[in-house]
Amino acid sequence: MDEQTPKHVSESGMPVGARETDDAPVENQANEEEACARAPIGMLCELTHRCPLQCPYCSNPLDLERANTEMTTEQWQDLMRQAADLGVLQIHLSGGEPAARKDLEDIVKVAAEVGLYTNLITAAVTLTRERVEKLRDLGLDHVQISIQDVEPGNADKISGYKNGLEKKIEVAKWVKELGMPLTINAPIHRHNIKSVPKMIDFAVELGAGRIEIAHVQYYAWALLNRAALMPTREGFNEAAKYVEAARERLKGILVIDAVVPDYYAKYPKPCMGGWGRGIVNITPQGRVLPCHAAESIKGMEFDNIKDKKLAEIWLNGDAFNKYRGTSWMKEPCRSCDRKEVDYGGCRCQAFALTGDATNTDPACSLSSLHEEWANVAEKESHAPSTDFVYRRVGGAKKADTNPA
Amino acid sequence: MSDAAPRQRVIIDANSKLIMPRHIKMRHDTERGRWIILAPERLFDPDDVAVEVLKLCDGDRSVKDIVTMMAKEYNAPEGEISIDIITMLQDLSDKGVVVAQ
Ligand code: SF4
Ligand code: SF4
Repeated sequence: MDEQTPKHVSESGMPVGARETDDAPVENQANEEEACARAPIGMLCELTHRCPLQCPYCSNPLDLERANTEMTTEQWQDLMRQAADLGVLQIHLSGGEPAARKDLEDIVKVAAEVGLYTNLITAAVTLTRERVEKLRDLGLDHVQISIQDVEPGNADKISGYKNGLEKKIEVAKWVKELGMPLTINAPIHRHNIKSVPKMIDFAVELGAGRIEIAHVQYYAWALLNRAALMPTREGFNEAAKYVEAARERLKGILVIDAVVPDYYAKYPKPCMGGWGRGIVNITPQGRVLPCHAAESIKGMEFDNIKDKKLAEIWLNGDAFNKYRGTSWMKEPCRSCDRKEVDYGGCRCQAFALTGDATNTDPACSLSSLHEEWANVAEKESHAPSTDFVYRRVGGAKKADTNPA
Repeated sequence: MSDAAPRQRVIIDANSKLIMPRHIKMRHDTERGRWIILAPERLFDPDDVAVEVLKLCDGDRSVKDIVTMMAKEYNAPEGEISIDIITMLQDLSDKGVVVAQ
């Protein structure tokens, strides 16, 4: 078996949550150095923070940006042109709920015209068939619909929204009828981890080409709700085993992408594919971030696209250069042979848990804080679930003053 | 119905007629001086052989036709090329980059 068939096509996931398995050899890690250096591959656009749902693991910041501060249609359109000029390949139109913007079509139109691969990340509950069809005709390439669970009552409870699942199924069917590729995104936590097998069946039945079994990442709202959301290690292992087998069984039918929870991994994920390497994130107001959680790091300044060009911010912005590459690292990352694999993990998590963003992410087993941190999570996962703090304007503040 | 997700794994053989569905986009990335294939949440990096084969996948030509053309161009035995190309196309089919007509 040493004469291997030459491989003509290599593949890389979009760097948002992509990670290799813990035991993959270091040399095998995708090296996109060349590709990423001058321009981000992907641009994540949080068009708005408005959303009819209230998922307690939402990745939006606790301080949600208000509707009246959002960028205008023209500003978003101009950003699409700048992104294409710079060399961005894919854009992810997200939120909040991107369909909450009435001008979503106008933004997609320009994005498609300038040749960006357009991906809509939606909760789907407010979409109409007319809008989906219009978006397709304008050039939208792919639709990703998030679900909370496949059990309607539980889905309602998690999202704080009535009859959402029914509506999502309806929209998913339109997407397929209209001939577009569909991804189901399922954020996983202790209140739905038992449904993983059914979620995979659900995706197959709807004709999705892909499903994301995305274990919740504990930042922002999810960190606030960690004691309500963290699955047990046993629960996680069981789900992971099922996913592994399903992936084999459904080869050529459904692509299954899994995002592993940091807490049960040995090494951290290369957050965003490395700070300032593959991804740029734009907030509703136009702030340009290396990662959607970057604003949680105190003392950092972020440029706004209304003041400067995207290229200028990406290449020279202080926030991007601060943790780009490896020179800012301390031990144990500095002398670690994985430093260009995971880039020391997540800066936001390092800051949230150690107070210093240049520390090794405690998700790494080589961090001195790792054990203590993983134990806290493990304990929480076995204790009774706390109540959800729902994601809504002002919701987090209420939780602060409530000594639960 | 090239866009509907296949509910059964497609097995590629010499008679398969393949095409890239509308939402798969192969284009030259001038910024980075290479060919790329854009797909939902994915980026594929094809080499010259893959680019040529995929350009020939028009839904009319069979895999066998493509093998014959490639064998001529590269002056190589069809048998060898055939295994190589079918393996590659099977992998791409599993990932949804090409679909059978
Ligand atoms: S995670 Fe839930 S609340 Fe947050 S944007 Fe998505 S659907 Fe809305
Ligand atoms: S020490 Fe740093 S570079 Fe090494 S594996 Fe841990 S986080 Fe990654």
